Amino acid sequence: MPGTVVEDPPVAEDPPAPRERTRRVITEVPSRADRRFNQITMGAGISVLVLLTLVGLFLMIQSSDALGETGIWTFLTRTEWRTDVTPARIGVLGLLAGTVLVAVVAVVIAVPLSVFSALAITEYSTAKRRKWLVGVVDLLAAVPSLLFGLWGFLYLSDKIVPISLWLTQNFGWFPLFKTSEDASLTGSIFIAGIVVALMVLPIITSVVREVFSQTPPGEKEAALALGGTRWGMIKTVVLPFGKGGIVGGSMLGLGRALGETIAVALLLPQVPQKIGESIHILQNGGATVSGFIANRAGADEFTTSGLLAAGLVLFIITLGTNMIASVVVSKSRSGAGVDI
Amino acid sequence: MTSTTSATSATPETSTKTTTMATASRAPRNRKRTARRPREFTTFDVWVLVGSLISALCLNWLIFYRLTAGASAFGFLLGSYVTFLAIFAIVTTDRVGRLVASDRVMTVVVVTAAAIVFIPLVLLIGYILVEGLKALRPSFFFEDQQGITPVMPATSGGGFHAIIGTIEQVGLALLWSLPLALAAAVFLNESRSKWRRPVRIFVDAMSGLPSIVAGLFIFATLILPFAKSGNPLFGYNGFMASLALAITMLPTITRTVEVVLRLVPDGLREASLALGASRARTVWSVVFPTSRTGMTTAVVLGIARAVGETAPLLFTSFGYDLMNSNPFAGSQESLPLFVYRNIRKPDIAAVQRGFAGALVLMLIVLGLFAIARFIGRDRSKRKARGPKPATPNSAQAAKQPLKGGSNA
Repeated sequence: MPGTVVEDPPVAEDPPAPRERTRRVITEVPSRADRRFNQITMGAGISVLVLLTLVGLFLMIQSSDALGETGIWTFLTRTEWRTDVTPARIGVLGLLAGTVLVAVVAVVIAVPLSVFSALAITEYSTAKRRKWLVGVVDLLAAVPSLLFGLWGFLYLSDKIVPISLWLTQNFGWFPLFKTSEDASLTGSIFIAGIVVALMVLPIITSVVREVFSQTPPGEKEAALALGGTRWGMIKTVVLPFGKGGIVGGSMLGLGRALGETIAVALLLPQVPQKIGESIHILQNGGATVSGFIANRAGADEFTTSGLLAAGLVLFIITLGTNMIASVVVSKSRSGAGVDI
Repeated sequence: MTSTTSATSATPETSTKTTTMATASRAPRNRKRTARRPREFTTFDVWVLVGSLISALCLNWLIFYRLTAGASAFGFLLGSYVTFLAIFAIVTTDRVGRLVASDRVMTVVVVTAAAIVFIPLVLLIGYILVEGLKALRPSFFFEDQQGITPVMPATSGGGFHAIIGTIEQVGLALLWSLPLALAAAVFLNESRSKWRRPVRIFVDAMSGLPSIVAGLFIFATLILPFAKSGNPLFGYNGFMASLALAITMLPTITRTVEVVLRLVPDGLREASLALGASRARTVWSVVFPTSRTGMTTAVVLGIARAVGETAPLLFTSFGYDLMNSNPFAGSQESLPLFVYRNIRKPDIAAVQRGFAGALVLMLIVLGLFAIARFIGRDRSKRKARGPKPATPNSAQAAKQPLKGGSNA
């Protein structure tokens, strides 16, 4: 759609034209170059459709070995992954639990930070400072996941261990923060979540920022004119307006967090655990689908087939999350013109 | 007081009007009213801020290190921050009332959040710079890992083979994805086909595709079925890696270019069509030249993203310690794989070599980022003075962060 013209619904219906009258039809007579051009661009567009379908299809075909032998339901509900016994017992549930926990920790940390940074960008800074802040967030988005993982693995991890210790000492009664007596606190889902939070922060911030910047100035001015303070204006106008964008942006961040690979592969031991163990997020342990796949590159044929099945599950989950996120954003009042 | 300049300028007028109307009937006319300025920030306010901070720190020091057994620095800082906010809130409420106080406290919170985003970025760049410089020598750019044993120092050998691999793979990936991405973006923005909506949804979905799935897809489609044929083209090699990278780049470039194309004013298109040009000619001679800088920015950012992608390479180019300049046969190294493989090795020298690679990788990414910024910089000021009529700065649009697949 060229331009960002919002089409209003027709206010009043035109009087219906008499049926007999033939309308003058305006048609475009495409030249040969035009037809060629249409075919090429159309082909490119359709090829994206085909490509994504092929991704799902081929993952399905190649994983049928493992899925057929294990059974789809068993594969989805079994936590252990053992290929050293015959028949191999593989399942994706333990991996999924870790994936979801890491992503949720990441989003819980990133969303408040993102909303406040977006507010700082749209409502609190001067034009010059805004440019700077946007630059910093963009730069954070440009840093490769590998470098985040490297930094988190060898530098940040040691710095977070005291925090984990403090949390488990003071809030150990809360099941999430419980740790067993002699558990190591490095390589925990909590640490991985913090690093992933830094990686999804830019995308959430940029969606929320875009949504906030579309707040109708009239409503903001009205709030200020009624004697509201800046925070009062934000609380009553900007945040309610951007609610849909915040929810959608968080889900989009969740989708990205679910698929984070290299950083998590470096940070977690990548051994599937029972769900009861996984939820103790402060202690060593945990595995995610993508990280587990990355760590097993070049395995034997059956394992590879199992990995492809796990990849298929990941593919479906992230696709679903992203689709829901885009629907949420586009359905909300604020997100109508925002592309995510 | 920024984005709401129009709002603030409107405020005094409106409020004075209402006050005069309200006071005319009730309050005695000679009573002096002081204007309330919620955003006024005096020197005294600064002292209140500093005072609350110091008292919070002292109070928490007393609690954490004198009265109790002591806690981690994190507990101390978190406690201090919360106490600081509380003290600041109480003092400001006492001085100027609850409404203004809540505004000030939230301002402090927002500024803190924005500052927190800065800190990890600075720490990360600084850490990799410091660690990388320890092992980075000029030889890194000329040598591969031939004859390197675990006992040799980190400065021996280099990553020349990885640099060559990265250049070849990203170059090939760009070759596959750029034409397709440009055509898809043109399709989304310039055509009137009913397929636009589904294609847009799929492009969005694809940009959220975890990049390891892209690698798995190439592996499942092109490498696994042909594994027994022994054809080197369908084994682990740089060509396969470039295909996987192309899949991750495609949606990113498509979306950014589409945003850029959308900024080209319709008037230009209509003028071209009215002069009798075909649609193809319009796109080629009007739309593309107008959005050239924006498209360049989009492509540069797309490259910056692809250079750092590691996950899709694990199943496609696999990594190799020696020089392999042929991307079409045999496994090949690239910078991200070089880093990833080295820092997982047990010996310290290898880890340091990995850091040297990480530094080079970071410099490349930051360099590309800077180039993209430079191309897409705001040229509106210069244009306004120049003789040319102002054209939309399409590059501005591409500067927004690539929201594409970031799951390397």
